[in-house]
Amino acid sequence: MADTLKFDLVSPERRVASMQVTAVRLPATEGDMTAMPDHAPTLTTLRPGVLHAEGPDGTVEFVVTGGFAEIGAEGVSVLAEESLPRDEVTQETIDRMVEEAAKAHAKAKDQFDNQPGPVDDAAKLLSDMVAMGEHIGLSPKQPSL
Amino acid sequence: MPNLKDLKNRIDSVKSTKKITKAMQMVAAAKLRRAQEAAENARPYAERFDAVMGQLAASVGDSETAPKLLRGTGKDDTHLLVVMTAEKGLCGGFNTNIVKKSIVRIKQSLADGKTVKIITVGKKGRDVLRRQYRDHLIDHVDLTEVKRVGYGDAQDIARGILKRFDADEFDRCFIYYGEFENVVSQHPREQQVIPATFDKPEEDADAGQTLYDYEPGEEEILADLLPRGVATQIFAALLENAASEQGARMTAMDNATRNAEDMVEDLNREYNRTRQAVITNELIEIISGAEAL
Repeated sequence: MADTLKFDLVSPERRVASMQVTAVRLPATEGDMTAMPDHAPTLTTLRPGVLHAEGPDGTVEFVVTGGFAEIGAEGVSVLAEESLPRDEVTQETIDRMVEEAAKAHAKAKDQFDNQPGPVDDAAKLLSDMVAMGEHIGLSPKQPSL
Repeated sequence: MPNLKDLKNRIDSVKSTKKITKAMQMVAAAKLRRAQEAAENARPYAERFDAVMGQLAASVGDSETAPKLLRGTGKDDTHLLVVMTAEKGLCGGFNTNIVKKSIVRIKQSLADGKTVKIITVGKKGRDVLRRQYRDHLIDHVDLTEVKRVGYGDAQDIARGILKRFDADEFDRCFIYYGEFENVVSQHPREQQVIPATFDKPEEDADAGQTLYDYEPGEEEILADLLPRGVATQIFAALLENAASEQGARMTAMDNATRNAEDMVEDLNREYNRTRQAVITNELIEIISGAEAL
């Protein structure tokens, strides 16, 4: 059994990371999941959150704002909407992300006339963003839900 | 006989034009490198995305519950054309070629009795299409202020398109852009984005396809990914377009520079000949004056 798997993190604009890791913890939509070598092939969507990649030289963390992950035979590819190494995330980044989510939430409320589906989704996105901010110790300015 | 002074002026003017075209060529070369880099950086994402989507689309297939973005609206009455061109001219036939390609589709769709709606991205395409198809233009995306196209720009365009799709404003959507092959050749391309089309996964011959677990279900993932797919395709098209534009401009400006060089050479020759003629004339006058004495 192989003890490492290939981990690729790509965003639409660039390849953020590509390395050999022992495990990846993904913020999947239905709960965090950890992918280790020989994981069953899985495709999952991601929620905004922190992604941990445990490599031989320690853990690297990335902030992702959504997207999806493919766990296959060769490794894990994460196709993130937007992603940054955690150290590069600043208060402004979080504020901007939360603000965008809040806007989308307001718009969904407006557009879909409070139908449960889209509005709930947007609300969840917003709360996920806020939770992510809190998780990494940068609490956003406007957590009013 | 042309005046010496006039010739001198013309030579100077062509020379300064040459300087400008030369500078534009260099700027285009630098921008091209950056645009190509951007396009290359975006490739891994687009490739993975397409692969996953192809697989998903194949497994969901034509089922009744498949999302509309994949299956289509079941009608084929209204076509939406998103024509992406450059914001600036002076890049050879680049803009014209893209517009021409879209006009072929417009004419055909109109002849088939379909409704045609056009969204233009980039000023140059709008200018031409507005002249001919003013009533069909429904929107224009201005990227003049954008120095470097980002994913956000593509998302904005995609969002606009999807909103119209949700409002049932069109049935099929095509995008037009310049595909970058290399510095000297760019081809106008037409691509259908809605309903989504994917290359069928090829590897079913060897070892069979990997069977994935889907979390949440296949169709939920698909419904989540399809709108992103539109943005990704548009982003890829924008990047190709940017690279093609700079490539086309480089070639055009190279030609212009060379042309200016030729002109300067010709003008110089004429100038020298004229100057010589003037000298000869003066000599003749002096000599014949001396002989007359």
